[in-house]
Amino acid sequence: MLAQQIINGLSLGGVYALFALGFTLIFGVLNVINLAHGAIFMIGAYAALHAVLVFHFSLLPAIFAAMLVTGAAGWVLDKFILAPLRARRAPHLAPMIATIGVAICLTSLVEGYFGSENLRFPIDTLPSSTLTLGSVQVNWLDLKIILLALLLMGVMLWVIRHSPTGRALRGVAESPKAAALLGVNVDGLLLATSVIASILGGVAGVLIALYTNSVFPHMGQPMLHKGIAVVIIGGMGDVRGALIGGFFLGFAEVLTIAYIGSNMRDAVAFGLLFSVLLLRPAGLFGHAPQRRV
Amino acid sequence: MRFSGRPICYGALLFILVFGVLPNTAAAQIKIGIAEALTGNASQYGVAIRKGFELAAGEIASSGGVNGQKLELVIEDEQGKKEEAINVFKKLIFQDKVVLLFGPTLSNSAQASDPVAQAAKVVVFGTSNTADGITSIGNYVFRNSVTEADILPVTLKVAAQKTGFKKVAVLYGNDDIFTKSSYDNFKKALQDLKIGVTTTETFAKGDVDFKPQLTKIKGTNPDAIVLSALVAEGAPIMVQSRQLGITLPFVGGNGMNSPRIFELARDHSDNLWVGSPWSLESSTPENKRFVTAYKKAYGALPDQFAAQAYDAMYIAAEAMRKVKFAGKLDADRKALRDALPAVQWNGATGSFKFRQARGRDRKPAGYDAVQTAIVMVTKRNQYVIEK
Repeated sequence: MLAQQIINGLSLGGVYALFALGFTLIFGVLNVINLAHGAIFMIGAYAALHAVLVFHFSLLPAIFAAMLVTGAAGWVLDKFILAPLRARRAPHLAPMIATIGVAICLTSLVEGYFGSENLRFPIDTLPSSTLTLGSVQVNWLDLKIILLALLLMGVMLWVIRHSPTGRALRGVAESPKAAALLGVNVDGLLLATSVIASILGGVAGVLIALYTNSVFPHMGQPMLHKGIAVVIIGGMGDVRGALIGGFFLGFAEVLTIAYIGSNMRDAVAFGLLFSVLLLRPAGLFGHAPQRRV
Repeated sequence: MRFSGRPICYGALLFILVFGVLPNTAAAQIKIGIAEALTGNASQYGVAIRKGFELAAGEIASSGGVNGQKLELVIEDEQGKKEEAINVFKKLIFQDKVVLLFGPTLSNSAQASDPVAQAAKVVVFGTSNTADGITSIGNYVFRNSVTEADILPVTLKVAAQKTGFKKVAVLYGNDDIFTKSSYDNFKKALQDLKIGVTTTETFAKGDVDFKPQLTKIKGTNPDAIVLSALVAEGAPIMVQSRQLGITLPFVGGNGMNSPRIFELARDHSDNLWVGSPWSLESSTPENKRFVTAYKKAYGALPDQFAAQAYDAMYIAAEAMRKVKFAGKLDADRKALRDALPAVQWNGATGSFKFRQARGRDRKPAGYDAVQTAIVMVTKRNQYVIEK
């Protein structure tokens, strides 16, 4: 049973990490707590579902369609909401409150268009074959989810650490003014960050929709709460922190259910989180005064 | 939806205006009040209930009425609201002077309005109130709606007999009143039937991933899984358990008794056991007759609420046959109340009789339904009756 629970923890943690990655990226670079990230996660799931149901896409193109739609949503979010606020030097809370509005708008739109009930992917679009290793049942789908999450996170880490864009990104995160003086196109980079972060959120949405096979307008809400927790435990704005925090929360939840009881799931998971913060108030990888991407 | 009930209300109002001023014709007609939610959220139940009443009343009239007397239905819209239910009850009791009242649609409204009928000593007969404590209001409160406390033990018993399970794992939503109270009923039934519980697991509203709980349940080797959930969570639970290779039977509460399961858990929905007071597939002659008549009258298939209302009208008519109406309102109302508890009936929902409930002070109070639930199991995306 432990082996099965480890698989469960890996797939759940992978989705948490992927969601938190986009969330932390926006915080690290744009310095905005993006409370619309949960809604964008949900939009991703609906976009993929729509692509499968209406345009009869298979799964992989459907994921690309979701990336396209959520990328566009990220573009709109920065271009029309965050950028104007930045230009007017709005106080810190303003963009956060604006993103709450975006989340409510998106959720209501989806509710109006698709209805508020649970939808699901048609059964024949999902790979249903399972791999049995001893007592462990590994769904090919779970395996693909874990692999895709790890792949995306690996690519992101590499881009940020080793590519010129990544260097510029880290520069902007450190000090937008200094980066601008050195010839970095700050506005373009901020826009790109919003797009990339939204794409990551959207893919996470498709993956959790596939993993649990249900899509509904409020699916982003619990995810957002967990995403915030993950990002805080990892250290606000830290990419490695988001990854490790995601898996930490996934495993904490799964192992609590396995060894303590499902009644205690959130209490134990968030209690652990709290104790980590007591020991390291800035999170696992956080450094209180500066932020790093 | 909002306005769809209005013409009927106005019609009823006009009816009352016209006939209210005429000399009392009570000797020839028996006035029955109907207070159901015909507009608003609860109208999805209330409208079906009204159709059930009207169908039965029409049949009774065409077969000669009750001892030669006609039934006159006074229908009012209580909008699914407590305040409105009280108003409508007062109007029916004091202005229209009905001998018996059906309604209201929701248990919530019944808690508020049934005491009005009790105080005025008029029988109030609920066909859709399933909450605990409704019939403890007093000895004029009757219902033929079966509660989960009655249905779940039967569901468990039949499922256990047919599949031979001895120990079960329990999974329920612990932050929803409905699924929690259904869990309490399951827990009691499991104790009474001496069925062992290997583990009790919970989830919260909005959860989407149930694999950790299901993996743990699998590890405790139960023979079946008792599931108290609404379909929104219950369907993914069934899908995910089948993905984990758990092929055990599920026993569900009323929340899982919905055809939506076949959409949301398509091809993973087999072997789910649920109980219901009524089933479309039930092939008793009484039910077949009801379904055919309903389809003919309304061009649609009936639901559980229409079936229960249909039976309730016949149960009330049966009591009226035994009463000699003297034309004195208070005496007639009391005579009807005294005749009602002894009625036994075999209708669309099966064989039926009353059982006296006890009030909060443990003294005898109103009357609940004694009825056997119909137990169904899902097979290839449809319900199949097992008993």
